[in-house]
Amino acid sequence: MIADLPLLSLVIWLPILGGLTVLINGDNNIWVRPLALLVSLLTLVATLALYVGFDISTHQMQFVEQATWIASYNINYHLGIDGFALPLIILTAFSTVIVVVAGWEVIQYRISQYMAAFLIMEGLMIAVFTALDAILFYVFFEAMLIPLFLVIGIWGGPNRVYATLKFFLYTFFGSVFLLLALLYLNHVVGSFSILAYQQAALTMQEQIWLFCAFLIAFAVKVPMWPVHTWLPDAHVEAPTGGSVILAAITLKIGGYGLLRFALPIAPDASMYLDGLVISLSLIAVVYIGFVALAQTDLKKLIAYSSIAHMGFVTLGLFIVFRIFANSATGSGAILAVEGAVIQMISHGFIAAAMFLSVGVLYDRMHTREIGDYGGVINTMPMFAGFAVFFAMANAGLPGTSGFVGEFMVILAAFQANFWFAFLAATTLILGAAYTLWMIKRVIFGEVTNDNVAALTDINRREFAMLASLAGIVLVIGVWPAPIIDVLHASVEHLLTQVSQSKL
Amino acid sequence: MMFEVINMSFALPEIFMMVMACIILLVVAFIGESSGAASYWLSQFTLVVTSIIVYQSLASAGVTFDGSYIKDALSDVLKLAICIINVVVLLYSASYLRARNLFKGEYYALAIFATLGMLIMVSSSHFLTLYLGLELLSLCLYAMVAMHRDSTMATEAAMKFFILGALASGMLLYGMSIIYGATGSLALASIATAIQTGDLNNTVLSFGLVFLIIGIGFKFGAVPFHMWLPDVYHGAPTAVTLFIATAPKIAAFAMIIRLLVDGLGDLHQHWQGMLIILAVLSMIIGNVVAIAQTNLKRMLAYSTISHVGFLLLGVLSGTSEAYAASMFYVLVYALTTLGAFGMIILMSRQGFEAENIEDYKGLSEHSPWFAFMMLILMFSMAGIPPMVGFYAKLAVIKAVISVDLISVAIIAVLMSVIGAFYYLRLIKVMYFDSPEKQHEIHAPKEMCIMLSSNALLVLALGIFPGSLMAICITVFS
Repeated sequence: MIADLPLLSLVIWLPILGGLTVLINGDNNIWVRPLALLVSLLTLVATLALYVGFDISTHQMQFVEQATWIASYNINYHLGIDGFALPLIILTAFSTVIVVVAGWEVIQYRISQYMAAFLIMEGLMIAVFTALDAILFYVFFEAMLIPLFLVIGIWGGPNRVYATLKFFLYTFFGSVFLLLALLYLNHVVGSFSILAYQQAALTMQEQIWLFCAFLIAFAVKVPMWPVHTWLPDAHVEAPTGGSVILAAITLKIGGYGLLRFALPIAPDASMYLDGLVISLSLIAVVYIGFVALAQTDLKKLIAYSSIAHMGFVTLGLFIVFRIFANSATGSGAILAVEGAVIQMISHGFIAAAMFLSVGVLYDRMHTREIGDYGGVINTMPMFAGFAVFFAMANAGLPGTSGFVGEFMVILAAFQANFWFAFLAATTLILGAAYTLWMIKRVIFGEVTNDNVAALTDINRREFAMLASLAGIVLVIGVWPAPIIDVLHASVEHLLTQVSQSKL
Repeated sequence: MMFEVINMSFALPEIFMMVMACIILLVVAFIGESSGAASYWLSQFTLVVTSIIVYQSLASAGVTFDGSYIKDALSDVLKLAICIINVVVLLYSASYLRARNLFKGEYYALAIFATLGMLIMVSSSHFLTLYLGLELLSLCLYAMVAMHRDSTMATEAAMKFFILGALASGMLLYGMSIIYGATGSLALASIATAIQTGDLNNTVLSFGLVFLIIGIGFKFGAVPFHMWLPDVYHGAPTAVTLFIATAPKIAAFAMIIRLLVDGLGDLHQHWQGMLIILAVLSMIIGNVVAIAQTNLKRMLAYSTISHVGFLLLGVLSGTSEAYAASMFYVLVYALTTLGAFGMIILMSRQGFEAENIEDYKGLSEHSPWFAFMMLILMFSMAGIPPMVGFYAKLAVIKAVISVDLISVAIIAVLMSVIGAFYYLRLIKVMYFDSPEKQHEIHAPKEMCIMLSSNALLVLALGIFPGSLMAICITVFS
């Protein structure tokens, strides 16, 4: 019954239209915040309905909607989700609720535009995960840049203009190659359907070019070393809500793009160039881990830790070829891809929580320098509890969601190559080092200055959002089965696709 | 002896416009100084009725005046577009002209004659008709640029425009005469047959072709024949820049299709290479130099140059779908530019030209609605979805990829990244900077409404581009 409703259109257009309504209402309307919250909650409920109606036994696209959009170019409004998209959609809807709550009191300047930007962005991001038509995907993929560009530029920190322009131009630079690749595939296949692209017969040379285009586009988004430099800037300057959405969702679109486009469309090139991606991922894990250690700015530290954690995602996606080469069954490959996706989801929650925690501190002290803090636990005990918990999750403590994905990928990496696993496992030390050292300097110790002494603990609103995130991190940490069940059929299908050569 | 009955009805829009232009001239002569309002309304009436006439006769098609005049789907759609755009142009410019004491009958007489020239270009199937239309258009434009005769910049711009324009016309004419020498005909249809069937001297043909392309390049403002464009855009009164930047580009598109596709279609392999050079250079120079501009009109001039480069991508691909893509591009370009210059006019007032990028600081603070409209227009020019400018770029890039010119496509997308920078800079100024001085917008209500619908149309076409694309595809199928 649920499957008959155009649920996907609903979860895309409800927030977009809701956002426009909020925008039209203007700043002086007292209903702006409740309305934004209502829209985001309704969307979350609708995405949960997707989960209820989702059939985990098949890899086929579900909730499919198809209508002609641009007839002369055979471009369709074609939506559908599989196991990869569903968790990311729920993550998006959830993060938006958190962002709305986080901006409730903090944002006073042009509040309606702020809320509208995030609601519209929510619709666009969900649309990216559901689009099955290449041009539809690209339209939403690009359109997403506009609200984020404005969010960082209007509500950001002192250096916001530089950061937001850098963010926009970097990602735009990457995505034009995606456009070229999509148009080339259309030239070969004769349609814009992503599913048809996945079955396209391509020569090795074509695949390599396409793979490089996809890699540029999505590596910038993930972001992978060495095209990651926009992320720390954007994170540092963005308002808390912007950082949350950046870390929780937009980075995931990079990973999603790789497993939706690069792997199934160019499997042979992926296999041929997997060494490149694996090296870049390991550099992200190890080198960026060290870079994070050296940061003195809280947000920058978390930004670098995000890059390191996303390294696990790309690593998990691309070690599958080595696992296939080493073992006939390839059972480790499933572990690797599932680990990568769980890492994406888990990082979405943990990074969001970390940025929110920094936001809580920043709202009170207006500084992000680690050196300005110290002994926060004495004045904010409740907050300190959450902060330590999220830090542990970020460091990959067993029992939190951060552990599950990393553990699965490391385990799978052993089947590929011992040294991959070894280098990946250094994150357990490095991650713990930079996160816990940061916690030690900020939270523990004696109260270092008067500003810290004057801090007040979190209020009910802040408690509610941190507690809900903590609950989810814990639940996924001890019981990841619901996500794995949703993923399983799609992962197996992806692995069949990548293991069959197109040559 | 056979008499061919000339089918006048095919040229009814032009005949009507011609008559009305003469009437406007008479009105100006009789009323004198205060003829502005009368001629303004007469011009609007003329444009509206002409578009109705075109619309009424959409179904018919054919050639008349001994093969020198053609009425087909292409000419109908482009004429409609030209007339409608000029209605909006005149509407936008009225308040600007009033404030600067330029609200005179002469302006409108020239505008209608220029429009007539465009219509003739669009419908020409003969070298001479085309040349007549082009000259009628150009001469009116020279005079319009110089309308503000006390302004040294405008006079200088008009001089440059005139000299370079005359040079370009000379080149074009020279090319036409060489082609005539080679094929023995001036009618495009017979030239096409002569090239197809006859055993012609290819060297002579391509020699003539070079001059034709130079002429076309000048009229479009494609690099390296773009020198006049920034100076004219900058120097001319904004209302005139608005006029020059929009509808004449549509006419120039018709010219390139008539000459290269209808007439010299079989020389495609010869002109493709030349157009690739023009297109690539235009995209590079236009986008890179635009970054350095501080004057918005100049920036838009360089952005026009880069758009011309993109537009040529479709033409050079040489398939009917690609021509449709170019047509889509030129229509979208005209619509977006219309809005952008309209915004400059909206922001200007007596004694103040809002033509520096700095003048837009903090626009979103005190005029959030129009800042948002400008945002839509700029994102559309940058080619970011969901604005219609994206589909225009998509269509032309798809066209070059479909003929396997991948390297050209790569240059095009890289240049659109560079282009995004300077459009974003204007958005940055409007949204991220705080206002320095309060400037109130007091424009007539009809202008505000029209400008808003203009920008919203850019957005709406971006969400539903299908119908406009379908029109362009049908024209060339």
